[in-house]
Amino acid sequence: MGRGRIRPENIASDVQGAIEEEPKTESPAAAFVAGAKAIVPVLLALIPLGVAFGATAIDNGLSTIEALDMSVFVFAAAAQLAAIPLLSAGASVAIVVLTVLMVNLRLTLYSASLAPHFKRLPVGWKGLLSYLLTDQAYAATITHFDAGETEEPDKRWYYLGVALAIWVAFQAATLAGVFLGAWASGGWSLDFVLPLIFIALVIPAIKDRTTGAAALTAGVTAVFAAALPLNLGLIAAALVGVLGGLVAENVIERGRR
Amino acid sequence: MSTLALWLSIGGAGVVTFALRLSFIALLGRMEIPPFLGRALRFVPAAVLTAVVIPLLFYENGTLEVSLGNERLLAGFAAALIAWRTRSVLFPSSGAWRRCGRCRR
Repeated sequence: MGRGRIRPENIASDVQGAIEEEPKTESPAAAFVAGAKAIVPVLLALIPLGVAFGATAIDNGLSTIEALDMSVFVFAAAAQLAAIPLLSAGASVAIVVLTVLMVNLRLTLYSASLAPHFKRLPVGWKGLLSYLLTDQAYAATITHFDAGETEEPDKRWYYLGVALAIWVAFQAATLAGVFLGAWASGGWSLDFVLPLIFIALVIPAIKDRTTGAAALTAGVTAVFAAALPLNLGLIAAALVGVLGGLVAENVIERGRR
Repeated sequence: MSTLALWLSIGGAGVVTFALRLSFIALLGRMEIPPFLGRALRFVPAAVLTAVVIPLLFYENGTLEVSLGNERLLAGFAAALIAWRTRSVLFPSSGAWRRCGRCRR
């Protein structure tokens, strides 16, 4: 439902997206609308993140314009949420940027995975589609592309439909959150929203024993490293966690031999 | 935090994030992620998200607070248990990771 059904003769597309102009393709508008429609159910999961960001940003002393600009410039919910406690604690610019870098490192994987599909595009398109790259946009488009259902140049329009719908929903959710935060600041506390959101984020990221080891070592380090100056504890704990995951993976692999 | 520092933080975060997104797309898809880096990247979400949340749970007003009196810690553990048992779908990226062949080695 809601997905662009593509004619069977187009399924033979190769993943490299080598075919630039296929005569028998959908119109750009149809591909765009198909993408925007396909992503609608996912938006329901995304909106709470935008609202949570807007509300906690206001609750932590950011202004409306600062919160909205962050959603426009950064456009990555988890990284923005991670930056809030740092910003309100007065962490240095370097620590905030480094934390955002760590949280968003996974985007390079999506970039690498999508790159073959976009390699023929002009620079402007590459820039635009890159800016709009999110977890949700990646997940929704890569399955569609890899199934060979879409031909270039429809890929760019399908992706744009998906990604732009996400962008609009996220900005609207941020705005709603800003109002919620301003309204709530008179009464009840939003203090616990941030930890809850991150718990909801981290649990699904723990998928097996190795990612569990990464979380455990990061968590234990974080308890003791939180006192480090300059809010370096977060970076230290994340690095130790990655190391812990790699070590666990090696130990488990060795055990199998 | 000064207004200037705040804007530098937001601008820097934006530039860095865009660079990460553009990285391989700009490299024309010719470059692959080195296997070791790919393996390490797989652990980044679990590690970094835990590193963000733990101090929020264990510290109150800047001091370590591990006791039954720390309601935030208790609520955090309850929430973690619920998220674990119900496999919360709040983190959409878990779906992305499942589909990302390169992310699993």
